[in-house]
Amino acid sequence: MGEWFEQNGALLGLALLDGIASAALIFMVAVGLNLVFGVLRVLNVAHGSFFAIGAYAAASLGLFLASAGLPAWASLLAILLAAVLTGLTLGPLIERFLLRRIYAEESVLQLLVTFALFMILEDAQKLLWGVQPVSFSGPVSMMGTVDVPFAGDVIPYNTYQVILLPAIALLTLVGLALFLRRTLTGRVIVAVTLDREAATAMGIDAGRIYLLTFAFGAVLAALGGALSAPTASLVPGVGASTIVLSFAVVATAGLGQIEGAALTALMIGIGRSVAVTFEPELEVVVPYLIMVAVLLVRPQGLFGVPETRRI
Amino acid sequence: MSTLLEARGLRLAFGGVKAADGIDLSVAKGEFLAIIGPNGAGKTTFINMTTGYLRPQGGQILYDGADITGRRPREIVRRGIARSFQLPQLFSEHTVEENAALAIAARDGIWSPLRPLLRPAWREEARELLDRFGLLPIADRRADALNEGTRKLADIAMAVALRPRVLLMDEPTSGVAASEKMAVVETLARVLRGAGVTAVFVEHDMDVVERFADRVAVWAQGRIAALGSPAQVLADPEVQRNVIGIGRPGRAGVEGPAHA
Amino acid sequence: MTLRRTEILLALLLAAALILAALSTPWLRFVLTIALAKGVAVLGILLLLRAGQVSFGHALYVALGAYAVAFLAPSMPEASLLLPAAAALAGAVGLLVGLFVSRYREIFFGMLNLALSMVFYSVLEKLYHITKGTDGIRVPAITVLGQPLEGATYGWAVFGIALALAFLFGLFVRAYLASPMGQALAAIKTRETRLDFMGVSPRQILLSAYVLSAVMAGCAGALIAMATRHVTPLLAYWTASGELVFIAVLGGAGGVLGPFLGAITFELVRVYAAATVADAWQMILGTVLLLVILFARGGIWGLVASWLGRRRAA
Repeated sequence: MGEWFEQNGALLGLALLDGIASAALIFMVAVGLNLVFGVLRVLNVAHGSFFAIGAYAAASLGLFLASAGLPAWASLLAILLAAVLTGLTLGPLIERFLLRRIYAEESVLQLLVTFALFMILEDAQKLLWGVQPVSFSGPVSMMGTVDVPFAGDVIPYNTYQVILLPAIALLTLVGLALFLRRTLTGRVIVAVTLDREAATAMGIDAGRIYLLTFAFGAVLAALGGALSAPTASLVPGVGASTIVLSFAVVATAGLGQIEGAALTALMIGIGRSVAVTFEPELEVVVPYLIMVAVLLVRPQGLFGVPETRRI
Repeated sequence: MSTLLEARGLRLAFGGVKAADGIDLSVAKGEFLAIIGPNGAGKTTFINMTTGYLRPQGGQILYDGADITGRRPREIVRRGIARSFQLPQLFSEHTVEENAALAIAARDGIWSPLRPLLRPAWREEARELLDRFGLLPIADRRADALNEGTRKLADIAMAVALRPRVLLMDEPTSGVAASEKMAVVETLARVLRGAGVTAVFVEHDMDVVERFADRVAVWAQGRIAALGSPAQVLADPEVQRNVIGIGRPGRAGVEGPAHA
Repeated sequence: MTLRRTEILLALLLAAALILAALSTPWLRFVLTIALAKGVAVLGILLLLRAGQVSFGHALYVALGAYAVAFLAPSMPEASLLLPAAAALAGAVGLLVGLFVSRYREIFFGMLNLALSMVFYSVLEKLYHITKGTDGIRVPAITVLGQPLEGATYGWAVFGIALALAFLFGLFVRAYLASPMGQALAAIKTRETRLDFMGVSPRQILLSAYVLSAVMAGCAGALIAMATRHVTPLLAYWTASGELVFIAVLGGAGGVLGPFLGAITFELVRVYAAATVADAWQMILGTVLLLVILFARGGIWGLVASWLGRRRAA
């Protein structure tokens, strides 16, 4: 072990930092997916597409601003703007004109509808942005690097991924927890999640809450995507792998768990980056191995509460 | 008469609410036992524990001398204890006949992938069963197109189709129109007595209890407050004050679904 | 004449039409072979749909069947051995995976299947030294009942096998759906707990259908490998699973002809459309899927059946 660490310590440190950065992004998507499922009872297969579209939109806007001669910090603004624009256009449109028609339907039809949406959005990306990789690394190079101490060594790592991304994810986590517990709207969302019938019977306008929650989830996913844009060049298929990955996080953590989702995202993110570093063949497999292993032991997820079927 | 079903010191609490607080009860072979009591007293919880839906936190359930505490519903059914539900649990996309046939198939061998569910033997048995319950005229109706009283009967018919030795019924007459209630219970009693089934049923209608129960157990806050023949128990002033007012029409009290 | 008997007649007519089409236009023979194979796989999706479950990962079993043929063909180049081998492998993996996924319902069921198929896809892609990665593997010449066949004759043989399997599995699934096991699938959708209180394990009912669906998807994969003579990881990609679900909904889940009507329509349209609108293909599928769900829920078979019903009534 000691000798292995001597040789691979720096690599391991790098893998951990990679993992933290990617966990921050996965968390942004997974937490929205979770929230939307809790309120609407629809697990939106197209949720990963918000991530992908947010990423492309941020890249386009960022590149446009840069070519217009704006200073480098404007690219951070582009990220935020792209996420909000993407989420607030697609989210309400989809909830209003599509999902609203199928709330009363069998769940298999709801699933098929969001799957159809996913297919449509996947190709919409290809039509809008082409299939060539798009790269937008302005924010990463702008923010430079920091030296991260690790096991008596120092690893230089880019500030954007190791400071900014985790900070935003943490802010989202704390902000969301406070929002759900301290504000009226937040409590109404929790109430609808816990018992939809009772909540609507008490006069809560479910339609408004659905719209709000879905749009909010879409913005979070798009923000995750927009933030990911500078860290890797964008290619088609991001939406598919994102939804499967964030589903893995939600399932492993347990439905309805927000803090749990954060921890699980960290676990899966690090698991994956360690695999990338040491056994690249296993990269894609690791998140699912973690998920399957957890679900075999705890079908309700790590932090989930077992639910008995009602009779 | 010999004891067929016995509860010994059953305990179960939901949070701070004691739904069963040391229930001791034995049911003799062939008897009809009514369970009465206010909503939330733990009547349904007793059925849920006996049929394996809920696991008691303490105590034992013995059936035919064997300990069945905490066994799964499937296993308990296979041993001969069936149940019906307060809210009828029908397969809503199937017809009434198919619902009955599915229950017969569940009893006689569901694992046959090539012969149809509505094979002559099962179809005949299903129709004969439905006839006994007066449901034959609506045998071809989809289960989600029935009124509440008919759903209730179909639900009980499915339990009877399993040919149980013990049948637990959760409010068999709730939802049945008042004018038909007695006829329904009459039918039910005839079918069950004819098949030699031991019955335990939760009931709010004291006329039904008086007429069909051999014994009555009064539930109150997870305990059995009184137990005896209908005449004896229903005459008890304590019981009259606390329980019966709830079930008799024209008297004070509210009847509603009892979720324990 | 009842709808069930009309169904058989329609199936025979459809088969005759397929044979005629394949005779008149040689390239159609290949397209229709693929359509029949996919129809067989979609029969399995239909079983799961009956239980209210949808798998977004059944391409896993198609790919398993196809790769089984590709790996076994060099040492065992005989169709009558390869097909059962592929089916057995898919069935065995289906049992193993099914033991796990049959505990879950709805979105969990769908996504766990998706996740597992994506894992298999990346295994096929990444283990280059075994699977040749995205290049895929060429399937060597295969004998049919000991006969070494060439060109058109071989094509006809595979077409014939596909048609025969389509009939066989179609009839089997038809009987299965009417049987207690099939009827209990629909019971899982509407009132699963009641099954438990009747002494039946819903999980075992679903597992049986799942294994059956895996076997059929495996056979479909074997047929596809024999017809195309080339297998790639794309067979296992999520879009391939999505296609199966798409075909099931397009064709209609109400009867066993639905999957085949859906698959034939799908493959024919794809021949014309996919080349011209390659980048928008999934988008078109998604849009049609939405339209079918919102406005023609019974799919093609639903339309045919209601048309037949009106004719009988008239």
